[in-house]
Amino acid sequence: MTKIKGALALIESLRCEGVKHVFGYPGGAVLDIFDMLYDAKDIEFILVRHEQGAVHAADGYARASGNVGVCVVTSGPGATNTVTGLATAYMDSIPVVVFSGQVSTHLIGNDAFQEADIVGITRSCTKHNFLVKDVNHLPRIIKEAFYIARTGRPGPVLIDLPKDVMNAQVLFKYPEEVHLRGYSPTYKGHPGQIKRIVDTILRSKRPVIYAGGGIILSNAADELREFARTTRIPVALTLMGLGAYPAGERGFLGMLGMHGTYYANMAVHESDCLISIGARFDDRVTGKIDEFSPKAKVIHIDIDPTSISKNVKVDLPVVGDCRNVLTDMLALLENRSKDVDELRREIEPWNKEIDYWKEHMPLKYDSSDQLIKPQYVIETIDRLSPEDAIITTEVGQNQMWTAQFYKFNKPRLFLSSGGLGTMGYGFPAAIGAQIAFPERTVIDIAGDGSIQMNIQELATAVQYSLNVKVMILNNCNLGMVRQWQCLFYRKRYSHTAMNFSPDFVKLAEAYGANGFLVDKPSDVESAIKEAFKIKGPVFVDFRVDPDEHVYPMVPSGAPIKNMLLV
Amino acid sequence: MKHVISVLVDNEAGVLTRVSGLFSGRGFNIESLSVAPTLDPKISIMVITTSGNEQVLEQIKKQLNKLINVIKVVDYVGKDCVQREMVLIKIQARDENRAEVLRIAEIFRAKVVDICPKSYTLELTGDKNKLGGFIEMLKPIGIIDFIRTGTVVMEREMQGGGVEL
Repeated sequence: MTKIKGALALIESLRCEGVKHVFGYPGGAVLDIFDMLYDAKDIEFILVRHEQGAVHAADGYARASGNVGVCVVTSGPGATNTVTGLATAYMDSIPVVVFSGQVSTHLIGNDAFQEADIVGITRSCTKHNFLVKDVNHLPRIIKEAFYIARTGRPGPVLIDLPKDVMNAQVLFKYPEEVHLRGYSPTYKGHPGQIKRIVDTILRSKRPVIYAGGGIILSNAADELREFARTTRIPVALTLMGLGAYPAGERGFLGMLGMHGTYYANMAVHESDCLISIGARFDDRVTGKIDEFSPKAKVIHIDIDPTSISKNVKVDLPVVGDCRNVLTDMLALLENRSKDVDELRREIEPWNKEIDYWKEHMPLKYDSSDQLIKPQYVIETIDRLSPEDAIITTEVGQNQMWTAQFYKFNKPRLFLSSGGLGTMGYGFPAAIGAQIAFPERTVIDIAGDGSIQMNIQELATAVQYSLNVKVMILNNCNLGMVRQWQCLFYRKRYSHTAMNFSPDFVKLAEAYGANGFLVDKPSDVESAIKEAFKIKGPVFVDFRVDPDEHVYPMVPSGAPIKNMLLV
Repeated sequence: MKHVISVLVDNEAGVLTRVSGLFSGRGFNIESLSVAPTLDPKISIMVITTSGNEQVLEQIKKQLNKLINVIKVVDYVGKDCVQREMVLIKIQARDENRAEVLRIAEIFRAKVVDICPKSYTLELTGDKNKLGGFIEMLKPIGIIDFIRTGTVVMEREMQGGGVEL
């Protein structure tokens, strides 16, 4: 066996991991890696315009495809620009591996040119990170990084690569197995505990499932549907869980929490048995903790033991992979068909009560033929987009309206920054999703504020002819912050007016993309159709009603039954 | 409630910051911390004393376990164990109180590790209470300098049957 350069060993390791796409940006410290990428024809490199965009794109790629997203960036500013993307992926448990360049080992700690202690900086926003000090450790570390990123509760991992390590020679052998003494995620739920859970569910009268992103991460959507269909227990989803359960099913309650549906929040509040699966009781879901689901026995299924009883006291916890635990629960239910029949009968009045709420308190808005209502834009996109279209969002009102009004029927079709709430996420994430699925339509639903946070990625979309449609719900304001100012700060609109936005049509054209402006409700449908017809990136600037609010809304810190309604 | 927790970790650069960063990042408090390699040079042990209610402690232990470099976490609350820390005290030694200093040292079984015309330096190991008492006795005499280690801990082999010497 001959020795190869560290940089080539990195490329070989990526091949061993089956990596087909890498997002990134070159720079001095990673020149050796880019020199090797020049010859690596089997790995497509996507040149973004900002490293934050690279990580969000890799994250979108991972969310859409289920594979690990990969980035290569340079040292110093290149590395620090990845922090927001890493924190976003960390909060939403997305498998991403970021390779950052680093100055040569003898310069580390000397405040060298483009040096940053990126391992120190990203320690709290990665699942784990590494500094490779010896090229002989490189293959093992890459193997461990990918393993850590995609197993257990997934998350981002950063590997810092000093320039001299990339230049050093190594006998390349990619390890087949990983040995990490301190890391062994629990996949199989405790059988006794699962049995207790099933007993509790079968005895309940008003059960509700509260499912989150964990269902999507563990590919458990089929099992969830099976479980809900078998038992006829209604299902509420978190923002991260949208798509994990078909929006068209009878028992579907939509999203719960701060901007959840009336019926989801009421069902959770009135429930006597809350079955949480792959969700983490985020404060945007629970509202006032002491009054969250006060009558329920709380069941919590999660792969991460730290999530259990972190916010809400859990009566029956199971640590394990959602899919495994649901499969075990279904097996137990199969042997108790009599009890299941009994449960279905027992909870029928409960389901009727929920149907009544759904009928009488649906999601709604006042339509208008003068002003474009953002909700109408989303409903129209939903109606006209292909069934397998991938929707990304930015953060704020655009995100919440999408969560409320777009009907997701399958997992991995809705990509949004949940935990961190990162403005500027949606557009690069759409680029990543489009790279993963070149044949599919990807739509970024944006606000005029959010889109400007990573608008430079339009150049990337144009360069690679990506079929990304950016639907800007332009209300000339930072809508969600303005909404809070309106409701809770006596309409003192401090610095939320975006009066100086660019002309998005001209801007799209300047980048070599298509753009059009829509300011009449009657033009919404034709504009969306037109956008889908055109190949390549399109910006559509919808001038929407600036006074439209997202309702229902639970004021921060209030119990979720206290909703402000339209 | 006070807790003594031992954490078995990979002996690698940066692991201490991962652990201490976890405490600061999540708003937990570290009261004392001592770290040293074990018999296996690839593994180090950290002994952390911290406090908090049951739920906080549960989170601390779970979050520690979640770190990739953490191999094992043991909470010694409710366990029969030997706890020790060490203190070095430099104390004024004027003619009139030299004998008093030595008498206190003898009572506490402290060692004189340095002697100068104007000071003694004393070393004492023991549990928190013993060290506290020792320091209180010496305070009126005049402490010049003072340093104390974090706690080290070891479970007794015979639960409830051991004899502390």
